[in-house]
Amino acid sequence: MHRLTFDTAQLGAWDTGLLTFVQHLIDESERAGVEVDRTGLPVDVEKLLELASAVPTRVTAPEPVRLSWLGRAGTVVIGIGTAAVEVLGFLGEVCVAFAGLVTGKVKIRWPQFGLLLYEVGVRALPIITLVGTLIGIILAFGAVVQLRQLGVQIFVADLVGISVAREVGALITAIVLAGRTGAAFAAQLGSMQVNEEIDALTTAGIPPVQFLVLPRMLALILVTPLLTMYTDLFGMVGGGLVAVTMLDLSLTTYVTRLVQVVALADFAMGLVRASVFGVLIALAGCLRGMQSGRSATAVGLATTSAVVTSIVLTIIADGLLGMIFSVLRL
Amino acid sequence: MASTSPSAPDRGAPRISVVDLDMAYGDLVLQRNLSFTVRPAEIFVVMGGSGSGKSTLLRHLVGLKAPARGDVLYDGQSLWTADPTEREAMMRRVGVVYQRNALWSSLTLAENVALLLEEFTDLGEGEIRDAAALKLALVGLAGFEDYYPSEVSGGMEKRAALARALALAPEILFLDEPSTGLDPISARLLDDLILDLRDGLGTTVVVVTHDLASIQAIGDNSVFLDPETKTMMAHGDPKALLADPPNARVRAFLHRESVPR
Repeated sequence: MHRLTFDTAQLGAWDTGLLTFVQHLIDESERAGVEVDRTGLPVDVEKLLELASAVPTRVTAPEPVRLSWLGRAGTVVIGIGTAAVEVLGFLGEVCVAFAGLVTGKVKIRWPQFGLLLYEVGVRALPIITLVGTLIGIILAFGAVVQLRQLGVQIFVADLVGISVAREVGALITAIVLAGRTGAAFAAQLGSMQVNEEIDALTTAGIPPVQFLVLPRMLALILVTPLLTMYTDLFGMVGGGLVAVTMLDLSLTTYVTRLVQVVALADFAMGLVRASVFGVLIALAGCLRGMQSGRSATAVGLATTSAVVTSIVLTIIADGLLGMIFSVLRL
Repeated sequence: MASTSPSAPDRGAPRISVVDLDMAYGDLVLQRNLSFTVRPAEIFVVMGGSGSGKSTLLRHLVGLKAPARGDVLYDGQSLWTADPTEREAMMRRVGVVYQRNALWSSLTLAENVALLLEEFTDLGEGEIRDAAALKLALVGLAGFEDYYPSEVSGGMEKRAALARALALAPEILFLDEPSTGLDPISARLLDDLILDLRDGLGTTVVVVTHDLASIQAIGDNSVFLDPETKTMMAHGDPKALLADPPNARVRAFLHRESVPR
């Protein structure tokens, strides 16, 4: 075959499917060295084909240079160094903002702060109530059989009371807050990056960390210990439900034992944990939000990263605090 | 009819000088060797096709992105080698209207304007409230003081962003694609407002736009950024460039012709 011609005398209505087919035919013919005669094509088809071929070929970036293992290792180290500098810079700005708050140089907008407290604290109460109660039930339920076998049902109060007050209450609160509030902070700040709101603060001479990060961190740091106490309470209520319904204890016996065995020091340990977790979740949520790129996908990634970072940091901190309390024989 | 100054008059030393500026994101170079000046009380238009780096140039001019090379000078003082306090003082003279308006979403329109007055003036609460209402009225938003940005239309957001940019009576006003999302009448009103600001208050205005009608209606001076050659292809009074384009790409842009390939 030497020449491709078109006879469209019988052609009725057509759509872009015809264009695709004809373009494919022409491309294949040209590749095979066959001469193409387009004169038989309808004028409109010819015009559209011309228009399609007139689109300039996208200039693709040159293939990235393939680095040796040493080069790749160097790139990774530089990446880690850059990220570390970024995190340290953020921490520095946060410290300056808190110092400014203490010395009275930085003002908090109290109406907005009140709304933040409501959003972070009050609106978290239903989920905290549910999760706290369920954790108390789960802890007590797991020990029902063993306690019965040993005939020491009363120890359910020790088990639930001490573990919730010392550690579990703070940990569960932190995980709920990481998923609920840390993620929300990252999403809010990320969206502000997309909308150029953070740029607008910067050019206006209002440090974004002072205006956006400081009140959020302060709200979460204040609220986390309070919510932890609330979780502790409902964890013990959950344990009490199991004690009364499955271990045949009276509510008075359960509560009396709780009061006997759970010391203030246990609550204090839980609150120390909660304070540290609050700082970490607030830092992770705000940092990831401020680091967010300027697209919807980037905001999603920042939110995911905030939750993952918060939970990992919380668990590491929990382990470290456990070791410290153990060394201090608390 | 919107009036324009007859040509770019010499109004003294440059207010803004861009010196041998290279703009890049990592290895991706957007523009090279940009050098031009903006004179006081001039309306300077940065024009060019999509992807030519117009908005990025604005980010360099307002201190949001450091240049890969070169510098930006405000009244002869370097923006990028200035210490943070000096840079903050330079930026205090500037108002910016962003492409996406960038209104602070947790604040009402009046609070958006008032925040700057609260931070940087000694005005009392009542005076700030009145001043914010006045700035909003100036852009036709009287009665919308207590609305949040999400509760008003795109055009109203744009006007509120302008009111916020004018809050501290800036000497220099930057506008990034100000007519985007505006109907033709609102766009024309905005052009008139920009001219009034220049004529009445002597404000220097830098407008990033590809709105041809607006460029010709208000521009005293301009620069054309080309995404292919990655440099400024034309510089001068946009009316003169329209009458006598220096090359085919500038002609195609200003006359809405097919792009030469």
